[in-house]
Amino acid sequence: MNTQILTIAPAGTWSLDPVHSSVGFEVPYLAGTFKGEFHDIGAGLTVEDERASLEGSAKVASVDVKDENLAAHLQSPDFFDAERHPELRFSADELSLDGDGNVSVGGELTIKGVTKPVTVIGTVTTPIVDAYGNDRVGLNLSATVDRTDFGVSWNNPLPSGEPSLANDVTILADLQFVKAGATD
Amino acid sequence: MTRVLGISGSLRRDSHNTSLLRAAAEAAGPDLELELYDGLKDVPPYDEDDDVHPRPAAVDRLNAEIEAADAVLFSTPEYNSSIPGQLKNAIDWVSRPLATNALRNKPVAVVGASTGGFGAVWAQAELRKVLAALGARVLDIEIPVPHAHTRFDEGDLTDDEIRAALAAVLETLTEEVRERQEAKAVA
Repeated sequence: MNTQILTIAPAGTWSLDPVHSSVGFEVPYLAGTFKGEFHDIGAGLTVEDERASLEGSAKVASVDVKDENLAAHLQSPDFFDAERHPELRFSADELSLDGDGNVSVGGELTIKGVTKPVTVIGTVTTPIVDAYGNDRVGLNLSATVDRTDFGVSWNNPLPSGEPSLANDVTILADLQFVKAGATD
Repeated sequence: MTRVLGISGSLRRDSHNTSLLRAAAEAAGPDLELELYDGLKDVPPYDEDDDVHPRPAAVDRLNAEIEAADAVLFSTPEYNSSIPGQLKNAIDWVSRPLATNALRNKPVAVVGASTGGFGAVWAQAELRKVLAALGARVLDIEIPVPHAHTRFDEGDLTDDEIRAALAAVLETLTEEVRERQEAKAVA
């Protein structure tokens, strides 16, 4: 299937509004879904003609879960190995938009120093002008990856012998980008 | 100079595991110093009521020795398919508070000797699991030394293959220490 390439946003360099953005993950654990969020995030969106590229990063040290011991475990070599690999990174060169406003893009995700191609899907909002006269656009993206592909292999078996933590993790990014108003 | 602390899980005076660490110290290259920790027997049973400031002196000493070392090499016997209680107890002290414990991110390796035919493989696996849970950088290796009573002559290792394996483990620990220092320098 050919995806019609449409401009994702007006041309220019868009910067992240980190306060109104979030990057997190969800993974089936025990009898439910475990969620965490990275507070320290960065991203940039560049649109030139019909070509849009996105780069983003999240600091492992900024992971927020509801228990400090669990947060410490996530920093350790058992999970993200923050000392050696302090950042998660994502980049995609060709963000495309289909006629329904859906985004589907092949990009590269780096976790724990391992870079793998991933497919990211999501939506993009219609650009608006905010109260300060700046252009704004929102991207809501998700990708599901097998964490063991990136060397994040911790698990603990349940009494049944089944693993307690799933391998497939969904990474969610809700990003708002701002571009300084041209009339300022 | 890489400083490695050797912790034997056996208290016995003529312990094969302590002898194994001594053999490792002798097999080490000139740029590595392996010092044996000899205070395991002094560590009191873990009791949260005693886990206050100041902590028991033996616990402070163990913590300080781990903190001062670049890496830790454990040698464990196997008691009932697992690690000796006193070794686990000492690690339980060190593990608290978990988020800042002295073994966090520390390169560690586990070897083990037993008089049986399996060379403490299960104890080594258990110890690696425990150390990983603490956030240590656990080397994915094992050195099982089975029939340990046949491999030492008055405490001296007589098996060159094991000696070479110990030297290789120390080499890998040194590389991990170097990588850690480089990562810190970049940060």
